[in-house]
Order: sequence, then C-alpha cells, then structure tokens
Amino acid sequence: MSASGTDRAADARTILRRPFFWLIGVVIAAFLWPALNGDVELRESLLLAAVYITLASNLNIMLGYCGYINFGSIVFFGLGGYICVYLMSAHGWPLPAAALASGIAVSCLALVFGLGILRLRGAFFALSTIGVNEAVQAFVSNFEPWGGSAGIYLSTELFQPLGGPARALWIIYFLLVAVMGLSLYLSYAIKSSKFGLGLLAIGQNEDAAAVLGVPTPLFKAIAYSASAFLPAVAGGLYFFKSAFIQPSDAFDLTLSTEAIVIVMLGGQGTIAGPALGAYLYEELRGWLLTSETFANFQLVLAGALLLIIVLFAPGGLMRWIHARWPRLRNVLE
Amino acid sequence: MAGILASIVDGLLVGAVYGLAAMGITLIWGVMNVVNLTHGALIVAGMFALYIATSALGVPPYLALPPIFVAGFLFGLLLYWIAVHRMIGRPPLMSLLSTFSVNLVLIGLGTAVWGTRLFNVAVTLPGVSWNRYTFPGTHILAAGLTALLAGLLYLFLYRTRIGKAIRAVADNREAAELVGIPTTRVLSLAFALGSALAGVSGMLIGTMFPFTVLSGDAYQLKSFVVTALGGLGNPTGALLGGIALGLIEGLATPFMPVSWTLVIEFGLFVAALILFPRGIFALRRW
Amino acid sequence: MTALLEIQDLTKRFGGVLAIDHLSFAVKEGEILGLIGPNGAGKSTLFNLINGIFSADRGRILFRGVDITGEPPYRIARRGLARTHQIVQPLAEMTVLENCTVSACFGRENLAVAGARAAAREAAALVGLEDRLAVPAAQLTIAGKKRLELARALASRPALLLLDEVLAGLNPTEVEHMISVMRGIRERGITILIIEHLMHAIMSLSQRIVVLNSGQKLAEGTPAEVANDPAVIEAYLGDPALAAELHGGR
Repeated sequence: MSASGTDRAADARTILRRPFFWLIGVVIAAFLWPALNGDVELRESLLLAAVYITLASNLNIMLGYCGYINFGSIVFFGLGGYICVYLMSAHGWPLPAAALASGIAVSCLALVFGLGILRLRGAFFALSTIGVNEAVQAFVSNFEPWGGSAGIYLSTELFQPLGGPARALWIIYFLLVAVMGLSLYLSYAIKSSKFGLGLLAIGQNEDAAAVLGVPTPLFKAIAYSASAFLPAVAGGLYFFKSAFIQPSDAFDLTLSTEAIVIVMLGGQGTIAGPALGAYLYEELRGWLLTSETFANFQLVLAGALLLIIVLFAPGGLMRWIHARWPRLRNVLE
Repeated sequence: MAGILASIVDGLLVGAVYGLAAMGITLIWGVMNVVNLTHGALIVAGMFALYIATSALGVPPYLALPPIFVAGFLFGLLLYWIAVHRMIGRPPLMSLLSTFSVNLVLIGLGTAVWGTRLFNVAVTLPGVSWNRYTFPGTHILAAGLTALLAGLLYLFLYRTRIGKAIRAVADNREAAELVGIPTTRVLSLAFALGSALAGVSGMLIGTMFPFTVLSGDAYQLKSFVVTALGGLGNPTGALLGGIALGLIEGLATPFMPVSWTLVIEFGLFVAALILFPRGIFALRRW
Repeated sequence: MTALLEIQDLTKRFGGVLAIDHLSFAVKEGEILGLIGPNGAGKSTLFNLINGIFSADRGRILFRGVDITGEPPYRIARRGLARTHQIVQPLAEMTVLENCTVSACFGRENLAVAGARAAAREAAALVGLEDRLAVPAAQLTIAGKKRLELARALASRPALLLLDEVLAGLNPTEVEHMISVMRGIRERGITILIIEHLMHAIMSLSQRIVVLNSGQKLAEGTPAEVANDPAVIEAYLGDPALAAELHGGR
C-alpha cells in the first residue's frame, strides 16, 4: 500500500473539505479580531487564553491519548521561557530563532527524561512529573548565569528589532496564536495517524497494546517529547513579552494544574475539548472570582470543578455534546 | 564524625514518623489500588489540628493524638464516600484525579484561611544529651509513639477479625466478597484508617518542626519516596523505608543546601521505582 | 514441515513455585498443535513466556529459527506471533473495527492506517463480527468479546496464532462456529497453538497434542496416542468423565 502522488493530493483536498478545519479557521479568526480594532485589553486576555489552549492541547496528548497524567507539564513552558530569554539577552539571538531553539532543546530534554520516567506507571509517573518540575526549578534557582532565584530582566532594546515595544507585543500575540493553531493541528495530526492510534491503544490498555505490537516505551517517550515542543516555544514567546522571568513564575504548578482541569472539562482525548475547556474555564473563573477575596480561591475552584467532572462527567463537555448531537461526532472531534 | 552520627540518629527518629505517614499511603494502596493524593492535605490537617488544639483549646500536645486520630478517621470516611467510592474499578487515572482535586480544594481553603505563613507549635520536652549534641525530646517521643502505633496497627491487622478482613480484601477482593466479607465497608474502613495515620503523622511532625499550609506537598512526597523504597502494600516495609529515608536525610543535610533536598528525594523516588519495582524492603506482603 | 516455533529446555520460577520445568517441544509450520493439561499445569504461563510477557529463567524460544527469548511483547508481535487471552482484554472504548485496526497496524505487515482498516474488516468478517464493526468493544457480549480477541489476533496477519481458551464460556452453537472458524484459519496457512479444556474440540482440531502437567511435558503425539497414554489418563484421573472423554476422543 503506497501513497502515490495522486493519493496525497486527494488527501490534501479531503483535509480542506473536513468541516473541522474550517472550525479551527473560525477559532483563529476570532483570535485575530483584536488586530482589526486594535483592542489591546482584549488582546491581552485572548493572549492568556491562547496560552491556556496551547498548554491544554499539548497536555491532552499525554493525558487524553495515552492516559498518563502530567502534573508538571509547566516545566516545558518555564524551561522554554528561560532558554529563549537567555539566548536573546545574553547572546543576542533574534526572537524566532531563540523561540524555535528553546522548543527543540526542551523536547530533546523531554525525550531523555521521558525515557526514564515513562517506565513508571500511573501514579508514580504522575508524581515524578512534579519531581521533574521541582528539580528543574531548584536547578534554575541556583544557576547564576540564569539569574538564580532573582530571575532575568530583559531590557527594552531587545524589542527594537521587532519595531519597538508596542509593535513587538502585537507580533508576539500573532505568533502565540499561530502556536495555538499549530497545537490544535498537532492534536489532530497525531489523532488521525498510526502513531496516534497506538497512543490511544496505550491509553485503553497498555499491556494489551504491547501484545498487539505497539512499541509502548518508544511511543510514550515520543508523545511526551512532542507534548513539550509547542509549550516550550509558547513559553519563550510569553516570557519574552513579559520582559521578565523568575523561577517561581516559570515553574508555577498552578498553571499546569489548571491545564489538567481544562482538558478534563473540555473532554480528554478530543481535539476541540481543550479549546472549549479553556474558554469555559476562563469564563467561569472570571465570573466567580470577581472580587479580591476570592482570588485566593482560584485553586479551590479548579479542584472543585475537577472533582465534579471526574465524578459525574469524566468525558467532559465533548462527550456530552457527542451524546446529545451524534451528528457532530464527525465535525467536532 | 560525631556530628554526622548525631545527624544520623536524629534522622532515624524522624524517619520513623515518615514511615508512619507512608503506612497511610501503603495501606490504602494495598487494599484498594488507589493512590491517595489527598495524603498531603491530611498531614497538614493533622498539623493544624495540633495547632488549634494547643493554642486555641489549650490541650497538652500529645493528648491531642487520640482525638486527631479519630478526626482523621472520620474525615477519611467522608473522603472515601465523596471522592473514592465511585472510582473503585475505574481506570486508576480517575482516582488519581479525584483525590488530587480534593487536595486542591483543601489546600486552597487552607491557604485562604491561614495564608502561607509559618506556624510553630512550641512543645517543651527535655532532650537527651550526648557529647555536645542534644536529641530533641520531641523527636524521641514522636519515634516512640510511632513505634507504639505501628505495633497497634500490626495487632489490629493480624489479630482482629476486621484486620483480617482488610488483609483478605487486599489479597483478593473477589474471593473476599465470595466469602461474605462486606468489601465496601472494608474499603471505607481501610481508607479511613490510612487517613487517620496521615493525620496523626502530621500531628507528630507538627510537634517537631514548624510548618505552613503548603508543607503537605513535601511530606506527601516523602511518603511516596518511602513507599517506593519499602514496596507497595507493605506496612513493615513502609516503616523500614521511612527509617531509611530518615537515615539518608541525616547523612545528606549537613552537606547539602535545603532547596536541593526535594530534588534529591525525587531522584531517589524515581531511581528506587525503576531499579526496585517491588521496593527495596519487599518482604513478603502482609 | 519445518519447526515454526521451538521451545528448548524452558524453565520459569515464581518465588518458590516451578511453573515451567525444562520444557521442550516444537510446533510445525501449518499444523494445529493442542496444549492440554490439568488446571495449574502451566499452559497460560507458557503462552506468557512465548509472547514475551514473562521472561524465562532458563531455556530458549525460537521463532522461525530466531531466538526471541526475552524480547518484549511488541517486538514478538511484529515478528508475526499473535495471541488471544483467556481473560479477554479488549480496548474497551474503541470500536471493534478500531481494535482490529490497531492490531493490523502494528502486526507483522506494519500497514498504514487505511490498509490496516481493510485488513481489520477482513479479520472481523472471518469471525462473524462484520455487522458489529462500529460497536464499542465494552458493549459486546462475552461471546462477542471472544470473537474480537480472535479477530484482533487475525488482523495482524500472523504466522503463528496462540489461542488461549477461546471456547470457554461459549454455548454449543458458538463453539461449533468457532471451531469452523479455526479450521478456516488453518486453511489460510496460519499455524495454531491452542490451549483448550473442551476435550472434544481440541482433540478433533489438533494434528498433534502436547500434554502438560506441573510445568513438565507429560506426553506428546497424535490425539489418539495421547488419549491412550496411561500417564495422561492417570493425570486426569481426578476427573473420570474427562478421562473417558479423552479416550472416546469425540
């Protein structure tokens, strides 16, 4: 069975015909809306949403497909941020190169770490992901070239090559939206590939999958590494934009915890789930945490939400949608 | 040299309490194959229960142990029925997430009420002197109470009917059901017991060291390291593993900055699991 | 006929229990070899050793002359060795088609998803599941799940098929159906090593039989030879009805 040139062209046309791709297009268009009216405030909140969707989508590869919980997925984001910021401030790298390099570096590291900790099952893997985060945070806090626990401040001249701070913020925003779009696409590409089928089998029953011929250690390691790339790039972009990075922010487990809640809320193992979940979560949070006193309750909300989902609707929103409107199964995965 | 020796002995004492905490984890895991990620919150609850008992209620610290045990037990029952019962039989992912979410809620509430400041329960107890070193009386008493509790746990599991029922369910749930053991009740009991152990170990740690609402994570990690060292579902192994961890901490702390302790322990955790999947102290189960 | 699978002096201990004790035999290409023995004889353990789930303490397993002892299950599956499980292991939330597609993708022929789907459909049709392709595996009846185990194993187009009690829990009609399916599999050139307690089935299906008792080979030969072997009859003596069945070889 070989994929000839005509087969590939046919595939491309089929892709464009799939309603799902048009939906992604609509989502991205929605994110590009602020560009039309220059609404900076909207842009900032959408930027945060894009980060959440990126983190959640990539987390979904481990959590939703393979069935492995990565509590410390924030480490990819933070480490990517550090590498990018460092390359730019200390070595004068341009943003695109630095962001890309941090993505590559972090996913290579993830591959190495992954091969080790993915030999652990279930809870032990989950806990060791926290360990990886803590270890990296401890290392960075003591690593002087990266500012130790004080962090790195970026000078505004680094924004000059992008046309000054105001323009740079817009560029970074678009880049982050692009990363978000790529994350959604990656979810889709993996899910419809042979590799993705293997991952889903692992998520169902890892031992049975191995007996069926799925090379489980390798696939898990690749999934872990793949789920690190885009968050690392996003981290690079995000912390460059913030012009400041410090260990306690970069490796804050709150963000990866929220990503877990978002994936479960939207529907683990689906593609639209993380995006939907992020939107819902943001809305819920905004609605419930309007006053100062409730700001402390962010994690309480996340925890309560997660508990309710796990107890009563483990398939998340997408499962509910698919059950209610079965026709949508093909359109909205 | 004497300094290192003193550090080691102190580590052994403290390690015993780690073992007690780990027994809570390993009991629950062994009986129902659930990893209790609320463990950390339960430890912190024990710490704060001690604080409230001593400061607000004026109860002498060690007298608070039995009520804290009972409170932990009841709380564990509640926890079981809310977050764990429906997860039995479902993929392990689910119970991980449910206990994790409860942990989030509890720690979140705790932070809202008590913030992240340091709390200290002052316990005055004469220490034991040796050379220039004093072994804190709190450490010695904590280790002693741990030994007592471990002994009581052993008696409970091996000499009472309920204890045997628990071991039966741990061994083979279906067979136990067939023999007429009310497995759900046993599971809830085991979970409650594990929670009580966590709470009490928190209390004992509270007599020894200052703590914050966020301390739970660190001690939860230590419990898991101990479980990895001692083997799952193995209470004796948990105790030995705890002492081993205390030993390692005693050896390492004179030489290493505190921020690295967590990292080392995690490294130990991962290494132990990869190299010794059944735990270093994997004696015959139960 | 050449030996497709060779077991050489295989030994496996679990703690104090010697589960497999210096076992040696061979499976010839194209044959159906039956594996029988009292409960606890080590039959399923042997399967777990062959397909890489347990690692042997001593001895070798040769597949097509290549030493596969100690290889992980997925590599062995890739070589063309498939198995069913005594306790069925469906990929529960995936459909029948998806279950078989996984097998076809990662089995011997390493197909791409589209080709694998076609092979999966074929395999499902062979066992009679073609009308239930879109059903999630968890929703099948026990008979359906057993068929799925078989279809999944077939979808990978194996050279050697290890069947572990596929007939257990089936009613007589279903049993007859499965037997004819298995005959059809053999006609396609797939070698079968089968564990079965249903005496009449395994005796009529197999060209040769190996009898296991306490991890050791008790007897080896044609069904008739084995049925008349006094040592075998003695091993089954605890169940005279079974011994009679053996002898009758229905």
